[in-house]
Amino acid sequence: MEKLLELKNLHVSFRTYAGKVQAVRGVNLFLKKGETLAIVGESGSGKSVTSKTIMKLLPGHSAKIDDGEILFEGKNLVHYSEKEMQKVRGSEISMIFQDPMTALNPTMTIGNQIIESLMAHQKIDKKQAAFKAVELLKLVGIPNAEARIMQYPHQFSGGMRQRVVIAIALACNPKVLIADEPTTALDVTIQAQILDLMKDIQKKMKTSIIIITHDLGVVANIADRVAVMYAGKIVETGTVEEVFYNPQHPYTWGLLGSMPNMETREELIAIPGTPPDLLNPPKGDAFAERNEFALKVDYLREPPMFKLSETHYAATWLLHGKAPKVEKPAVRSRKRLAVTRPNLQAVAEKPQVKQSLVEIKNLKKYFSSGKNEVLKAVDDISFTIYKGETLGLVGESGCGKSTTGRTLMRLYDATDGEVLFQGEKVHGKKSPAELKEFNRKVQMIFQDPYASLNPRKTVADIIAEGIDIHGLAASKEERREKVYELLETVGLNKDHANRYPHEFSGGQRQRIGIARALAVEPEFIIADEPISALDVSIQAQVVNLMKKLQKERGLTYLFIAHDLSMVKHISDRVGVMYLGSMVELASSDELYDEPLHPYTQALLSAVPVPDPAREKSRERIILEGDLPSPSSPPSGCRFRTRCPHATELCASSVPKWREAKPNHWVACHLF
Amino acid sequence: MKNAEPLLNEEELLDDLFEIAGRRTEDSENINRPPLSAFKDSWMRLKKNKGAVISLIVLSVILLLAIFGPYMSGYKYYETDYSVAYQPPSGEHWLGTDKFGRDQWTRIWEGTRISLYIAVLAAFLDLLIGVTYGAVSAMLGGKVDNAMQRVIEILVGIPNLIIIILLIMLMKPGIFTITVAMVITGWVNMARLVRAQIFKLKEQEFVLAARSLGSTNKRLILHHLVPNVMGLIVINMMFTIPSAIFTEAFLSFIGLGLQEPLASLGVLINDGFQGMRNHFYLLLYPAIVIVGIMVSFNILADGLRDALDPKMRK
Repeated sequence: MEKLLELKNLHVSFRTYAGKVQAVRGVNLFLKKGETLAIVGESGSGKSVTSKTIMKLLPGHSAKIDDGEILFEGKNLVHYSEKEMQKVRGSEISMIFQDPMTALNPTMTIGNQIIESLMAHQKIDKKQAAFKAVELLKLVGIPNAEARIMQYPHQFSGGMRQRVVIAIALACNPKVLIADEPTTALDVTIQAQILDLMKDIQKKMKTSIIIITHDLGVVANIADRVAVMYAGKIVETGTVEEVFYNPQHPYTWGLLGSMPNMETREELIAIPGTPPDLLNPPKGDAFAERNEFALKVDYLREPPMFKLSETHYAATWLLHGKAPKVEKPAVRSRKRLAVTRPNLQAVAEKPQVKQSLVEIKNLKKYFSSGKNEVLKAVDDISFTIYKGETLGLVGESGCGKSTTGRTLMRLYDATDGEVLFQGEKVHGKKSPAELKEFNRKVQMIFQDPYASLNPRKTVADIIAEGIDIHGLAASKEERREKVYELLETVGLNKDHANRYPHEFSGGQRQRIGIARALAVEPEFIIADEPISALDVSIQAQVVNLMKKLQKERGLTYLFIAHDLSMVKHISDRVGVMYLGSMVELASSDELYDEPLHPYTQALLSAVPVPDPAREKSRERIILEGDLPSPSSPPSGCRFRTRCPHATELCASSVPKWREAKPNHWVACHLF
Repeated sequence: MKNAEPLLNEEELLDDLFEIAGRRTEDSENINRPPLSAFKDSWMRLKKNKGAVISLIVLSVILLLAIFGPYMSGYKYYETDYSVAYQPPSGEHWLGTDKFGRDQWTRIWEGTRISLYIAVLAAFLDLLIGVTYGAVSAMLGGKVDNAMQRVIEILVGIPNLIIIILLIMLMKPGIFTITVAMVITGWVNMARLVRAQIFKLKEQEFVLAARSLGSTNKRLILHHLVPNVMGLIVINMMFTIPSAIFTEAFLSFIGLGLQEPLASLGVLINDGFQGMRNHFYLLLYPAIVIVGIMVSFNILADGLRDALDPKMRK
């Protein structure tokens, strides 16, 4: 097949105050007609920059293409002027961005936005364009397209907006569609819908797709070929099967190893360390410092691309004839096995005597939004967290899981119901001393490592905040000692103490956040999506660290996340929330093996797994539609509007929260 | 890096290069860039801005002259000598004399002192009342915030000039009256700005983290919120100062401010304006000084905004 798009030795750099950052350092890529190429890599690996360079959308004053060619149908786009590029953009190559919330103009109707891009590139009048716009909306699966075309972006949900963005991108039948993390901002059930849509569109329109993502599950689901990027270079490329089943580069091993799937019970293979600073890229192989099999030559010379097959290439010295044979980590082969029974022994080893630490009884948290509107963020949930366990809490955005966490912490007052921590009420009047005591015992780890650290304070001051407030250190010496100790616990070193948060990478910041929480020696930690903003390899670091700390210090966790495979990996029990109520709660193995509630089933089936063969063969339960608004939830069972098994009973009465099996609670009329 | 690392020849690839050296995680965790505090970073940026640096120099020169200028000529600003009225600039009187034969050099720097006093006052009020008012209003929120904002709206609603005229009915025109007027209204913009910023910051996760560690409202404001609004505070202050200086000069110019024989740039310009046709130098020099102060403060404020708040940069 002919190559539609080809990048040859592409170099892109950014000028910054600190110096020249080499974001892309010699990328060779090609895209054939009608195929889907996935570019995978961590943040900062240069994958987004590469895609924006193809569109020449980089900020002109700071970014520069230093070298290389971008050949599109044989023409070199590097030499195109801005005017010429405008003709290419949209009509030949178009792009879908990550965040559907900001990709649409909020002051224009959806219809006008599509019509605008149609009329910009094609010579058609407004009537024809309007007709075509409706057709496009139908194509991307927007129900009631004729009416919705007159609406504004805020009247669409996140998933629907992403569909509109795709419709705009497809307006002029582009030959190449570049999707930059198209599903990262969406919930899993919506992600499954969008991925299906993209596959469907490719079949219908024969578009070539470049999808940029960090989620290997998505890659396994949608891609034909994969290119793995690290530190501005492509380290391995091949067909999906080659890269997933026969990976050659240690970085690819690491990436695949750090993704838990539904079966992994053992510790995740984290890639230690942090990606290199591209301001002064290291000599030799950029991955060497984090590679357990790094050869001496890796620190001296960059490895060339070794050819393994017609399609499979990898850049690592391990493939050189003189290199020692390295046994790939064993986990990889085990992962390929079909469903293995979960390790039941591990469950049996758990202490039998369960001592409850936190009891939540009929907790309600309402927010008033607007005059007479009440947003029922958390509506009547009850559960117990036992000492020493990890309780996972999953659900889509807006289901109230974060609100639950914050209400447990007393960051929010409860509207009704009560929370008992060690038998004492959390809410209600408390003396300052009691409050301090409570704040010491219960701590929180936050989601966004960029927002959760005060940018004006040094790391030492951030970590020592709890020590200062609770007066845990008698002298400055002791305070410093404690900070150093905590830094070491989370895998950082003393030199980091006097630096500011902005100098750290996302994973390092999250570890600083953990150190801050640990400083007051808490008993119970609420982790509010602690890993969702991190890269895959870094996620594994943080999860492993949390597991280690739990073992050493006997901590109890409430782990809030939307990533089901990670939750399954870390939790003993998992609760599933939907629109402010808890729908199912069971031990994690049982929940994943025999989910009872239809929503849990759909949620589990929507998670893409990093295994192309399974991903391409399995049947999904794809949920129709979007989450209803929590301010006017459906009557009866809240899930009934999307439930495939909904009956009349579901509309009239609210299902009871009951124990369907021993220790397996569910709220559904089916059981 | 292109062409920087040519591939080794086969024979150079010695066998012992292919020993496993293992990872050097420590190295990858290290941060190679020099430590950079927010303050240092801003200072570096400011230094690169030529306009801001020149403004800073001009302002320092004006400040030094305001301090030492009046002593340099040997005259007092109220010392009259009718025999030398309306002298053009000369060796005896560097910038000439006015209608009463008072030394213009001395009077200009005396007037600049008033302007700088106003500048310090404006900054002080902004910091003391404006920041506190805004921070408290945002932190407490709800009904308290609502009431505090209505007070501000009333203050904004009444024009400055009316307040000053009303004050003059009670007090004598002069520096004290202007001070009182500024105490009443000068800090309002800052309070609004700080409130808006803190409202935004209040929901940030690092503030929640501090709250979950048990920090009190006072600690939150002093340790977490105000330091993060500091850049904005400085920028806004730098824009308030020239407008306060101008207000004083304007009031003195129309006769509501300082009165003779006290000198202020406004008074001097008014004098010069009356004798403009025959004695242009009387208008020129005070005008140069006030333009210098205003322009420098504004350019410096602009430079500071770029340095402290990189998001605002073009």
